[in-house]
Amino acid sequence: MESSQADINREIEAAAQQPGGPQPKIDYAPYRSSILRHPKQPAHLIDPESVELWAPAFGHRDVAVDEADLTIQHAGTPIGERIVVTGRVLDGDGRPVANQLVEVWQANAAGRYRHQRDQHPAPHDPNFTGVGRCITGPDGSYRFQTIKPGPYPWRNHLNAWRPAHIHFSLFGLDFTQRVVTQMYFPGDPLFQYDPIYQSITDPKSRDLLIAQYDHDLTTPEWNTGYRWDIVLTGTHRTPLDIDEDQA
Amino acid sequence: MSAVPGQTVGPFFHLGLEFPQMNELVPPASPRAVRLHGRVTDGGGNPVPDAVLEIWQADPQGHVLRTPGSLRRDGWTFTGWGRAATDPDGHYQFFTLEPGATEQGRAPFFAVTVFARGLLDRLFTRAYLPDDPDLLATDTLLESVAPDRRATLIARREPHGLVFDVSLQGPAETVFVTYPRLRDAWA
Repeated sequence: MESSQADINREIEAAAQQPGGPQPKIDYAPYRSSILRHPKQPAHLIDPESVELWAPAFGHRDVAVDEADLTIQHAGTPIGERIVVTGRVLDGDGRPVANQLVEVWQANAAGRYRHQRDQHPAPHDPNFTGVGRCITGPDGSYRFQTIKPGPYPWRNHLNAWRPAHIHFSLFGLDFTQRVVTQMYFPGDPLFQYDPIYQSITDPKSRDLLIAQYDHDLTTPEWNTGYRWDIVLTGTHRTPLDIDEDQA
Repeated sequence: MSAVPGQTVGPFFHLGLEFPQMNELVPPASPRAVRLHGRVTDGGGNPVPDAVLEIWQADPQGHVLRTPGSLRRDGWTFTGWGRAATDPDGHYQFFTLEPGATEQGRAPFFAVTVFARGLLDRLFTRAYLPDDPDLLATDTLLESVAPDRRATLIARREPHGLVFDVSLQGPAETVFVTYPRLRDAWA
């Protein structure tokens, strides 16, 4: 039988009582698709070697500057709240992750993805694809101009809705820092109902996924803005290596 | 500083992560090309049709490359990095060159990252070349893994390439790895 939101809430509540940590629990049954898709054996701890001590290199030949503006990819203007999303990518030691690839994708203002598998009856926006890329600056900064995505329904349980979010794909200074995550918006009423967000059972760590509204990022008559700084795990390379690499 | 937690790539990752020739580290028709491919399966043995894998590797001489151009392939430059999504049968494929050893006496491998809908955080593993039993026998990772699970880390050779299956869960579950600074970040 399909679970109700009340069932999921009870499971989320129960899981929150278990010892958890700052990373998502990959074994998290309230997110039904995770049940058969998480390894049951603990990850095997190794010292990185060879290519694992390096990250793949991307550069401006990979990404055009205007790929960071999701609002100019079509003839017309997309519908929705125009926003800037910006911040810095830092490694676990506070070092900027410069000259590295950031990829984002998201639903449109109505909560519809431009993807064949998204069949929920919210309108597509012919002027919005929902894909952006950029290369970080020397200080690790990234900046996207986009439209605030809407929340959308999914089939985890009856009447399941995801909080509005933007998917972020990030690379670091070495292979081990690779991460894909989701950025959320402050004060979303759907947080408490969402098993993907709640799979991170430590509230402080969960909060790291929420951008801050920043009035300094607004442009009169044009856009509001959100700031989201992203800290990756630490690099296994020595500072000397990295200085040479980034020089 | 606290590291950002991961989240699943979800069902719509193709939208943001796909780009032309992303799985072609070399053009498929190149005489040097080898096909690295396999299936991703779940704990029920079912194909995972919405997974995405990335490989990162040395070139055949064992050099770690620092060359941009993975997102806009020019058909010539080898960057050592690629991405492949699974098809409805859970199958993925890359066209690439075989990595060389980055140090004398070490077993060459592809570093592999796995993402999927239903997988709340990415997974790391390695796909070793199968050819040199002596190197494999002395490899630090392989030595430290229970003998009955070692094979999950070693690609199988077939006439036109290499097969590396990924089992997310179950009796043949792939060995996934973590690294000291990841573990510490989550301690």
